[in-house]
Amino acid sequence: MSMSLFRTCPDTGLKVHGPAESLIKANAVVAVVFLALGGLFGLLVALTRWQAVHLLPADLFYLALTAHGADILIFWIIFFEIAILYFASAILLNCRLAMPKVAWLAFILMLVGALMANVAVLQGDSSVMFTSYVPMKADHKFYLGLILFAVGALVAVMVFFGTLVIAKKERTYEGSVPLVTFGAVTAAIIAVYTIASGAVILVPTWLWSIGLIGEIDTLTYRVVWWGFGHSSQQINVAAQVSCWYAIAAIVLGAKPMSEKVSRAAFFLYICFLLLASAHHLLVDPGLSSEWKVVNTSYALFLAVLGSLIHGMSVPGAIEVAQRKNGFTQGTFGWLRNAPWGNPAFSGMFLSVVLFGVLGGITGVIMGTEQINLIIHNTLYVPGHFHGTVAAGTTLAFMAVSYLVVPLIFRKEIMFKKMAQWQPYMFGLGITGLSVFMMAAGTLGVSRRHWDMAFSDATMTFDYPPAVFMIMALNGISGIIATIGGGMFVIVIVASVFFGKKRGEEEVKNNPIVHQGGGTVAAHGSAESLHIPGTIVLVSLFFGAFVLYYFINWKYLSEIWPLS
Amino acid sequence: MSDTDNTDKDKEPIPGMQSLLDNTFLLLFIGVAVPSVIYTIWGVMEVANIPLAH
Repeated sequence: MSMSLFRTCPDTGLKVHGPAESLIKANAVVAVVFLALGGLFGLLVALTRWQAVHLLPADLFYLALTAHGADILIFWIIFFEIAILYFASAILLNCRLAMPKVAWLAFILMLVGALMANVAVLQGDSSVMFTSYVPMKADHKFYLGLILFAVGALVAVMVFFGTLVIAKKERTYEGSVPLVTFGAVTAAIIAVYTIASGAVILVPTWLWSIGLIGEIDTLTYRVVWWGFGHSSQQINVAAQVSCWYAIAAIVLGAKPMSEKVSRAAFFLYICFLLLASAHHLLVDPGLSSEWKVVNTSYALFLAVLGSLIHGMSVPGAIEVAQRKNGFTQGTFGWLRNAPWGNPAFSGMFLSVVLFGVLGGITGVIMGTEQINLIIHNTLYVPGHFHGTVAAGTTLAFMAVSYLVVPLIFRKEIMFKKMAQWQPYMFGLGITGLSVFMMAAGTLGVSRRHWDMAFSDATMTFDYPPAVFMIMALNGISGIIATIGGGMFVIVIVASVFFGKKRGEEEVKNNPIVHQGGGTVAAHGSAESLHIPGTIVLVSLFFGAFVLYYFINWKYLSEIWPLS
Repeated sequence: MSDTDNTDKDKEPIPGMQSLLDNTFLLLFIGVAVPSVIYTIWGVMEVANIPLAH
């Protein structure tokens, strides 16, 4: 193995494989481009659903909605996740990346596929939305683009597994892989099932689009497609939790409360997280209650248990680390004195809180067969996944980017003030989007609908008047979130291309890695279980969880009286 | 830590759960097999068994 391909990171002391570093950069840069593109389409969607603005005509609305879904839910997220997989394998395990040329081939396949799908959508004949339910037919380039992207992503995941094999064979680490790498293993496993499901359904759909297959059964399509569509968002959950542990370790030197318990929580994800796909099919005919209940209300809760463990372990680890760092005053001194001006930390902490409160609790509501009926296929569903994918995953990935730029790109962050405010601005906007969409959905507003006023419908329908104000607040939140997202893109792009080179002097004067930051690639649990602040926070969370859960049963009893 | 301690540590049996979690490819099998059987195959079989309308 040529040592000239490696450099030693002056910040972390980790050995960095050059080809792996280049691939991380390429995947991360392209991810941010798709975030910017998808975010702009999202703004157009929000401004159209704001009834007083109603920006786009119907055809362009569905085009923008399709592009927003594909660019954010697939391309931004998965390009960034591939960068995380390479970081968590080659960099954290101190080894070379397996088959860099194959990894570049994977990158090119993903890029060509993503561009092809975008071109198909922008040409206007593929406005089938992210779900692309048959018998709606998109241009064949749309399906082919998604297939090429999926094949590229699968090859990249294989490179990740190959790198784990190399690391084990060359003994570049001892014992088990670090917890952050184990989280990435979880994400990669979920990705394999996800991509396989995508291939199983998208290949015949592509053949159908070019006339080689007569028809695709709509129910079968929905079952298999959601094995791809929902599971792709579960890759995010595992990847974002890995980012939480990584950021806490790098910024504060935090170790998990119990490494064993955190690993067990990831194992729950591996076994059960993917089954939650079934919540999209809870009102589908033809699928039995047994299938629905086993896949959601039982298995899903075991995956939720995993998230609850991480949701306590990460703040607990931060509290222990902060107390160890000298912030021992009262119950919340550790939290008050946390580095809130560091966008990596603030973005991560907001991601933990918003993911749990907005995305987590509502996910359980949607996964419960009976109360799912209240909000099924309403705007509540995008409200929920803006809590998970945007507030949870995107914010976590933004936060980790503030570490990737100095550590991997070796550039100083530019516009520091803007960077400090960015997670709050984006978090505020996404919180508004999520809350207002869920509020409108609870009042019955359907998702994916261009005109909720039904102005040209044969049969009139009136929503409660409050929903028009709620949708206006949703539009305003969309503007705030877009500003927050724009701030991120400006800071990251400017820093990567025009930022000051991070040399030894910057490492000394502006350290970004905590003294114990090496813990990110090491083993061990926090030595203390003294976490009174975390226990208060978690108790508040459970209180809100139980209250909201039973409020929804009350709603159900009003909608569907049994007496 | 002395050499003796190291030797003792090496001789400690690895707990079963840790062996499972260290076996990436066994985890990959579990992670693909469980949803494939409980979600996909079971779900598609239910759809396939819907009687055709005449």
